[in-house]
Amino acid sequence: MSAPVAPANETFDCRVAFAEELSALAREDERIVAVCNDSVGSSNLVQFQKEFPDRLINVGIAEQDMVGVGAGLALSGYIPFVCGASPFLTGRALEQIKADVAYSQSPVVLCGMSPGMAYGELGPTHHSIEDLSWLRAIAGLDVIVPADPAETRSAVRWAANAARPAFLRVGRFKVPAVTGDRPFTFGAATTLRDGSDVTVVAAGTMVSRALEAAEEAAEQGVSVRVLNMSTIAPLDEDAIRRAMTETRGIVTAEEATTTGGLGAAVAAVVVTERAPVPMRLLGIHREFAPTGATAFLLEHFGLTAGDIRQAAIGLARADA
Amino acid sequence: MLVADPGTAAAWRSFRHEFAEAGPERRREMLRQRANESRTTDLHMIGRAGLGHVGGDMSVLDILTTLFLSVLRVDPEKPEWADRDRFVLSKGHTAGALYTTLAATGFFPAAELDTFAGPLSPLNGHPNRVKVPGVETNTGPLGHGLPVSVGMAVAARLSASSRHVYVVLGDGELQEGSNWEAAMTAGHRRLSNLTAVVDRNRLQQGARTEETNTLDPLDDKFRAFGWDVLEVDGHDHLALHEAFTAPRGERPTCVIANTVKGRGVSFMEDRVEWHHKVPSAEQIVAAEAELAR
Ligand SMILES: Cc1ncc(C[n+]2csc(CCOP(=O)(O)OP(=O)(O)O)c2C)c(N)n1
Ligand SMILES: [Mg+2]
Repeated sequence: MSAPVAPANETFDCRVAFAEELSALAREDERIVAVCNDSVGSSNLVQFQKEFPDRLINVGIAEQDMVGVGAGLALSGYIPFVCGASPFLTGRALEQIKADVAYSQSPVVLCGMSPGMAYGELGPTHHSIEDLSWLRAIAGLDVIVPADPAETRSAVRWAANAARPAFLRVGRFKVPAVTGDRPFTFGAATTLRDGSDVTVVAAGTMVSRALEAAEEAAEQGVSVRVLNMSTIAPLDEDAIRRAMTETRGIVTAEEATTTGGLGAAVAAVVVTERAPVPMRLLGIHREFAPTGATAFLLEHFGLTAGDIRQAAIGLARADA
Repeated sequence: MLVADPGTAAAWRSFRHEFAEAGPERRREMLRQRANESRTTDLHMIGRAGLGHVGGDMSVLDILTTLFLSVLRVDPEKPEWADRDRFVLSKGHTAGALYTTLAATGFFPAAELDTFAGPLSPLNGHPNRVKVPGVETNTGPLGHGLPVSVGMAVAARLSASSRHVYVVLGDGELQEGSNWEAAMTAGHRRLSNLTAVVDRNRLQQGARTEETNTLDPLDDKFRAFGWDVLEVDGHDHLALHEAFTAPRGERPTCVIANTVKGRGVSFMEDRVEWHHKVPSAEQIVAAEAELAR
């Protein structure tokens, strides 16, 4: 009998894989602890709390305290996974992240739960679209955006072993499995589909949409390469340079502001090369979202597979 | 930006007149009835939208109703009136309770409530002052309302205005350190034109406050920061009215309103899972029957 295969259209909340992997790691290594902000439920830590009540430190609604406490634990030999809704973890505790985690090089794993616009109708206060811009500006902090449950799992395992300051986006908006048997590789983009006309560099929720876009573009005679850029900082610059020589243009797609996230990171590589290629930056352009559910907002901001396809075909044709 | 509903605003004005003339029992009944109407409206709104924070809405509605229908010097038809009292809902997740109360006051037509959390609605899951009259500042991340209110109270002082600033805080919310920085500033500056109301329902999102991170003795904490403290039953409208309007001394006032999360709906009362669970159609019918009593 062959193993059951998940239907191709099945989608997943990555918090589930995150929580399962974290509990598994905690069983193997007693240094693993979790710190949270009244977010046991929303961080999917119910099982962890049951199994390891002493190793779950819920500080209450106090994100600055949460990150500081995480740093203290890390500096005392523990491996803290600091979990909170991404907007509050990053926005509220930004200075703790900078000073206590990154600058102090305390090996804290910051887990930004439900990032991007996962909290749809709860609005811009609850959206975490600035996180990539903010955190990428901080030295000594890895910024990681897994694309699906399998990659979330391997990124969690990597982070526990790497013992370096890291930020991990843990998605809530459901995504299909896209990474297959390619585990998270720190600092390296993975080529999920090769192509010769245009490259789409995507992260997180945008990866499956980029693959869909590539499929559709192929039908129109445009060959699109899809890179899953799950490490945003430090960026895989070689993969970008290869895309510049092997394809004729680059589209970036992220559920974040383009001001300083993935698009800006890729652009900074592109414009400093001798022969830059044209680019399109898909994302949110310094705007607060109107009211609406996540899927609606992704459409509103031009982040569907169709939008990515259009941008890619536009680049291919403009240059032809 | 939404605009006022003149009919409701007129009805609200006559309610205020009648309230001013009424004796204590009548006053109590007037507010009780209006608060429960708002509860019912809110439950339907949440049911329709499929999201909301029902427990905290039910908990805070007696406080909001008492403020808007019998205390605040505001004019729904002149939301920008410079000398209006300021009201800040720091626990912004209970936007539903604020929207129903603002609609009952006439700040915008009640029909607008049907759009709550819908695509492009001005009534976002957390309140937005840019789109909704009566909302004084945007809240949602906890621990922001008190510092902003302190700024508003300092501004009233600077411009020699008699306006008063009221801010409603969640109790779990008080775990945010920003509140204590602001409490210190208010105490230091003796901001007697500031009243902070704590919706003390003893529950936060995932557990009881005292099991998560102890807040008690809350009264002593505020006193130590230079505040006067009043403790009342947060569902006793007359006690709330008295606490909100009693003459102020020389310090800011903290009203600890002892409340029950989910108040008024028996199966929601004091149950942590109703923080943001959405009631089914049948549950809304059952709740409505209880609230009509
Ligand atoms: C800074 C911040 N952290 C976390 C949250 C998520 N959150 C929303 S409501 C809530 C619990 C609030 O509890 P409390 O203040 O007691 O309000 P109430 O019981 O009246 O609903 C939490 C943790 C938030 N909105 N803001
Ligand atoms: Mg509470």
